[in-house]
Amino acid sequence: MSEPVLSVENLSVRIAGLHILQGVSFTVAPTGVTVLLGRNGVGKTTTLRAIVGLTPRNGEVRGTIRMGAQSLLARPTHRLVRGGLGYVPEDRCVFAGLTVAENLRLAERRGSTPAYDKVYALFPELDRRGRQRAGSLSGGQQQMLAIGRVLLNDNRLLLVDEPTKGLAPKVVTEVAEVLQRVAESVPVLLVEQNLAVVRRLADDAVVLAAGQVAWTGDAKELLLETGLTKSLLGVGSGGGHETAPTAARKDGS
Amino acid sequence: MGTVILLTLTGLGLAALYFLVASGLSLVFGLADVLNFAHGLFLGVGAYATWWAAQNLPGAGPDGLGFVLAVLFGVAAGTLVAVLVELVLIRPLYSRTIEQVLVTVGLSLAGVALLQATWGADARPFPRPEWTRQVTSVLGASVPNGGLLLIVAAVAVLGALLAFLRWTRYGLVIRAGVENREMVTALGIDVRKAFTLVFAIGGAAAALAGALGGVYFGTVSPGQGGSLLIFAFIVVVIGGMGSVVGSAYAAVVVGLLQQFVNYYGVSGLGDICVVGLLAVVLLLRPQGLAGKVAHA
Repeated sequence: MSEPVLSVENLSVRIAGLHILQGVSFTVAPTGVTVLLGRNGVGKTTTLRAIVGLTPRNGEVRGTIRMGAQSLLARPTHRLVRGGLGYVPEDRCVFAGLTVAENLRLAERRGSTPAYDKVYALFPELDRRGRQRAGSLSGGQQQMLAIGRVLLNDNRLLLVDEPTKGLAPKVVTEVAEVLQRVAESVPVLLVEQNLAVVRRLADDAVVLAAGQVAWTGDAKELLLETGLTKSLLGVGSGGGHETAPTAARKDGS
Repeated sequence: MGTVILLTLTGLGLAALYFLVASGLSLVFGLADVLNFAHGLFLGVGAYATWWAAQNLPGAGPDGLGFVLAVLFGVAAGTLVAVLVELVLIRPLYSRTIEQVLVTVGLSLAGVALLQATWGADARPFPRPEWTRQVTSVLGASVPNGGLLLIVAAVAVLGALLAFLRWTRYGLVIRAGVENREMVTALGIDVRKAFTLVFAIGGAAAALAGALGGVYFGTVSPGQGGSLLIFAFIVVVIGGMGSVVGSAYAAVVVGLLQQFVNYYGVSGLGDICVVGLLAVVLLLRPQGLAGKVAHA
């Protein structure tokens, strides 16, 4: 079996006194899509933010996070990103006051050639809307910009947080298609609530429950087991665009 | 008519002074979330360094190119102090608001005390070119040249800042950072370099305000920076944190309001009206005229 691109061991995150992650361990395969699943509030976003070094200052992170042989903890976010860790955050976070072209230009790095051809081939609309302010784009277009921004550079691993959240079904399909193509060349750790998208994209799955890993394994296997998805995610897996329901707890993700 | 023109142009001169102090303050707050009470110190350093250079620096003097050299020296001194303050005192305290306030308030008090201990508490006559003491006739009004110089300098600084924000890589980083600093970092950019840069820009603009304020008022004193800083804060809040253009608009409104009300009403009433305007803006539009966007 090939070496994982990312390994997380015994990761604990405490923010403002809340113990959100409690000894989470999992690995991300060097190819394909590993999906991080769980009900709202179990710590999926917290996990991604801990990996990319964006835990708030009032938070405490313990454990080990490695990308290859390199330890990621305690390294500043900009260095992790320059080292090949691409991050597409929840809610897109495009710079609303900047144009589409400026949003992309911001992601350019000194010493490497930005892959505009690749980005515009995936998202031709970004090329056409270069002078439009990002804040005036639709949710789907903003998501394309957020993904395109990260794809301008070479990445060793992509962290993508709920890319289909709040999007129309047609746009969800488009985003899923793009992520499928992206995952052919770079491994992806994906947080996703839409099980139809998970079914289409995911190779491996890690399910979190109450801040701990409740299940890991083949994503298809998980989705075939209706009892398992019901007990871990609170939904059946019969098909369609079902999403994991919101739990009462609001902290974490 | 002559009085209205005179009040308008002297009000714009005052606005120019406020803008020079407020623009840097606004960018620093917008990008780095630092409420820098020591910003007035940069103005004081610029004023005293210009005053000192005009008398002591070889080649510098109160007239012609010598005065330009003295002002450049003052601006360089203010910039250097601002960069040192950011690197040594502020950088370890990012995201620690209370400590930042304590440090910057303490630094402003210590700075004034240091200027007093070195050059005395009394105001000193400021060496300035002869033509700045004279007046220019504008549509029948005799306008002091010192005020016109401030207006020209502020317009030039506004233009340079907008061009910098619009056309340079660091300008882009600053505009993005004012919107979402964390996301700038998540694109692989070391945003701390931009913090140092906005401190340098703010320090330079404030030091220029100190030098040209010396020309405008004819004197330099240790407490000058502190009193101007209060109005600069009001300008920043009215204009919108992080917006250079908002600061420019707000500075014009505050400067004109102060000048007209102080002339046609009771002296000092203009200052109270400015505070009243601040209260109205906070109630009706708390994000300020331009909101938190570093406009280019």
